[in-house]
Amino acid sequence: MSTAYPALPAERQRPWDDLPPPPRPKAARLSLSDVARVGGWGLRSRPMRVFLSALGIAIGIAAMIGVVGISTSSTNDLNKQLAALGTNLLTVAPGTTMTGDNAHLSEDAVAMIANRPEVISASATGTTDAKLYRNDRVPAVESGGLTVSAARTDLLRSIGGKIVDGRWLNNANSRYPAVVLGSETARSLGIHRAGTDVQVWLGNRWFTVVGLLAPNELLPALDTQAFVGWSVAEKELSFDGYPTTVYTRAKDADVETVHSVLGPTVSPEDPNEVNVSRPSDALAAKHAADKSLSGLLLGLGGVALLVGGVGVANTMVISVLERRSEIGLRRSLGATRGQIRIQFLAEALLLSGLGGLGGVLLGIGVTDGYAAYQGWAALVPLWAMAGGLAATLAIGGLAGFYPAVRAARLPPTEALATN
Amino acid sequence: MTVTAHPVIELAGVGKSYGDVAALVEADLVVHRGEMLAVVGPSGSGKSTMLNIMGTLDRPTSGTVAIAGHAVDSLNDRELSALRAGTIGFVFQQFHLASGVSALDSVADGLLYSGRPRRERRRVAEVALRRVGLGHRLFHEPQQLSGGEKQRVAIARAVVGDPPLLLADEPTGALDSRSGTVVMELLHELHEAGTTVVVITHDRDIAASLPREVRVRDGRIEHDSGSPGPRALTHTGVGR
Repeated sequence: MSTAYPALPAERQRPWDDLPPPPRPKAARLSLSDVARVGGWGLRSRPMRVFLSALGIAIGIAAMIGVVGISTSSTNDLNKQLAALGTNLLTVAPGTTMTGDNAHLSEDAVAMIANRPEVISASATGTTDAKLYRNDRVPAVESGGLTVSAARTDLLRSIGGKIVDGRWLNNANSRYPAVVLGSETARSLGIHRAGTDVQVWLGNRWFTVVGLLAPNELLPALDTQAFVGWSVAEKELSFDGYPTTVYTRAKDADVETVHSVLGPTVSPEDPNEVNVSRPSDALAAKHAADKSLSGLLLGLGGVALLVGGVGVANTMVISVLERRSEIGLRRSLGATRGQIRIQFLAEALLLSGLGGLGGVLLGIGVTDGYAAYQGWAALVPLWAMAGGLAATLAIGGLAGFYPAVRAARLPPTEALATN
Repeated sequence: MTVTAHPVIELAGVGKSYGDVAALVEADLVVHRGEMLAVVGPSGSGKSTMLNIMGTLDRPTSGTVAIAGHAVDSLNDRELSALRAGTIGFVFQQFHLASGVSALDSVADGLLYSGRPRRERRRVAEVALRRVGLGHRLFHEPQQLSGGEKQRVAIARAVVGDPPLLLADEPTGALDSRSGTVVMELLHELHEAGTTVVVITHDRDIAASLPREVRVRDGRIEHDSGSPGPRALTHTGVGR
């Protein structure tokens, strides 16, 4: 039974022709660990080249992980900040009248707001024209852009302010020339503590600094102000008594409602002459602006990753060219085309996977460093790390596919002939 | 006439041409189990083409080839690869040992495509290395070995799976005469243990020292000192 052989003349009939044909040979499978081993072998023998082409991938991944990590860390920080500061603060300020003049809030605006059931607290400041100097010898023009405001004694609760030294204005000291300085005001005047011996020249007389405020992240405008009592302002600084900003804390569930009714509440006739704003929104908006920059950086990271992928493809093409005799040998040892293909594919995947792993670690390092510098808690989302690794594997597969196919298509005799 | 096995190599009217150039013309050759022969000829005579065809690394353009009873033209790439993995061992002039890989791992790679687990591959590789007299060189890398030792590692790799057919392409071509003698002695030992050994060489002295001599010139088999035939074999059914 030898259908595979051509018919021969009877005298050349071969004696083994009657033997049954042997079973068809069957190729064995390479185990996964063997695939990883032969793939990794090619990398071990060329460490420098592996390092450099993995570096390309690593930089791309590190850039993307870093951008995502930093952006996540900063969002996380903002959320913590907002949670600490509260998002329920609303400010009410006079706008302009129909005729273009500056409007002013009514004297009882605070009381009208505080009467609403959804409001937890309401307090106000009123801007005075008084100027503030370190002492009486500073020329009048050098007022440093500092504002002196009359403040209610209950202001601190509404603005969420913190005193770092001394005390806030109270019913006793607010009738006397006492002042509490915002953090920036204190810094620019060179004042680091409060006390009866610490005095500033305010509105042509000495005021005693009774307290220093901590920086207010939600209301940075307060940092450059100095606060005096309402009555002393009216008496000594020719303050007109109209509040210029009302600070309102609403119940969390009712913030939107309160936001919409504050205008009509303080100015039933002309609600449009009142500006109502939510400072936490401004903080979030500033953060959102940072995010568009993140998108740009993310794109740059993607480009770096792509370039890294081209580097891997290049390395693999060269690797296949250099290792023709190894390919020939493996074919002679019984490797199928598929097994050669998977060897080089595994090598490309290991190469880019190595880069991806390095990139993730590098990206975490960058995030850690930047977050530490900014004083945030570093946070790299798990999806970014998994996504980064998956992306490198996809790129490695793409980059390795063509070289691997070329290696597998190499005729064994041609591969062995080169040496 | 009764026989117990297919011939290891059977070429019937085999030709190979590259474009207009005929490298091999109408070659007929039968090699039975347990034989040892030389294919001898000057360079360009077609003996390397013959080796590639016998080793199933290349397909002929005409004629038929059967290796251990398998008609080569009826096998696909996977089956042909499996045939090489299990039936044919190759020894090359340039050794083809990877730098930085120990002798043991190089030899174990000879079984990589056989489907045997790694632990077993390494165990059998050690046996094969001891068989070629390199039991003391298991963990040496190629750069630490002499040319003769490298070729013995390559031979150990070729026979580690105990293939019935060993094809040696100029096995002593890159060696000094003393190492060459050692390598030829080793091939003789393998033959005596039952392996069919085909040595491709341009060296007439080596060819003359083997039991059978096939002379190739200009792509044709010029002379065949003749096969003893399957019945004359003392080692019937040896090998695999």
